Amino acid sequence: MSTIHKSPWLLHYDGSSCNGCDIEVLACTTPVYDVERFGVINTGNPMHADIFLVTGGINSQNAPVVKQIYEQMPQPKVVIAVGTCACTGGIFKECYNILGGADTVIPVDIYVPGCAARPESIIDGVVKGVALFKEKAAALEASQKAN
Amino acid sequence: MISSRVIIAVLYVLLAPFVIGLLDGFDRKISARMQGRKGPSVLQPFFDLKKLFEKEFLTANKTQLFMIYSYVFFIILSGVIFYAGFDLLLVVFSLSTAAMFLILASTSTHSPYSAQGTHRELVQIMSCEPMELLVAVGFYLATKTFNVSEVVANSVNSNIIYLPGFFVGFVFILTIKFRKSPFDIATSHHAHQEVIKGVTSEMVGKEYGMVTLAEWYENAILLGIVGLFFLNSNPVSFVGAIIAILVVWFLEILIDNTSARVKWQLMLKLAWGVTIVAAGMNLFLLEIIMG
Repeated sequence: MSTIHKSPWLLHYDGSSCNGCDIEVLACTTPVYDVERFGVINTGNPMHADIFLVTGGINSQNAPVVKQIYEQMPQPKVVIAVGTCACTGGIFKECYNILGGADTVIPVDIYVPGCAARPESIIDGVVKGVALFKEKAAALEASQKAN
Repeated sequence: MISSRVIIAVLYVLLAPFVIGLLDGFDRKISARMQGRKGPSVLQPFFDLKKLFEKEFLTANKTQLFMIYSYVFFIILSGVIFYAGFDLLLVVFSLSTAAMFLILASTSTHSPYSAQGTHRELVQIMSCEPMELLVAVGFYLATKTFNVSEVVANSVNSNIIYLPGFFVGFVFILTIKFRKSPFDIATSHHAHQEVIKGVTSEMVGKEYGMVTLAEWYENAILLGIVGLFFLNSNPVSFVGAIIAILVVWFLEILIDNTSARVKWQLMLKLAWGVTIVAAGMNLFLLEIIMG
């Protein structure tokens, strides 16, 4: 069976938020939480990434950026919205420039709520994302064989 | 004799990725422990490589893939020349040719991140190349041959006795060659750095996988050259060579984890400084003694 799920590389993008979730995502890579033990690498390059981690709401300025990053990622890929702002727009929802959560511009697979989302729940979301990543990889392989 | 050389070359092609991949896995584990983390499985580099080959292949320019195939080919060719015991000088030239294909691959996409990585890669090549050439020259002065198998067969003592300065200089540039901190300036190993992934920024899926594989093959050659300093006609010296390789490998991990990244100007000054002082002095003394 495929071992693709053992090597999920993360790309983290922070939209318009208070940076609280941003800090918590970075906390996941510290010795206390150490997500690298699951094979996770925090990469800065969308072309090498498997899991797209969005924190913060989407505004009219970052919407094309988020879309472009998503399109640059090769299949199979998983999107995780971390924090209330990335899920729904949060307390910034009614602002004139805010479009809403990450799902207003790209398809989101997993929602991790919280203000700010705790590292434990982020890791939980990533582990769920990894399981989904494995499913998507299997589906992609099946579709390629069918073609 | 000839058949044993063929066997070693074939073993290199078959086993180098496994050995270096495993060393890379232990590298990540030891690095994690140095930082107080648990770290990934020692097989992690293989999982990463396998995943890269399973990802969708997107590319901005089809030429890039051809350039990367050529890069891999020339690296393996250099390794075969080295492990089959042919000319050391030819190994150095063949490695330079391979590096040229990596440069062509990364410039073929016109990405600004690739371009910046390429510029830095060129500076890295400029920093390392004099020392690589001087190592070949050093072995010639000590043994009167460029031929790797003759270097081993003709040496009664390990050549490290005659070439300590060359060894110091070579270990110094290994940090650059292995893309380790403080010299990881062309491809950053961590996110949130300004070059993203430098030369490999635009390489997707299997392309990046092939570059990783080529780096493993290249590291096998470089560690082989470290071993060559300790090998002599006595087969027992093989054990000494393996120990030396492991010590140098551990030293590189230690340096990687205890130093911050430097600017390219400082890298160039340091690399050339060490080359001129250590290898230059050694060359000078060797000329006097041997001449």
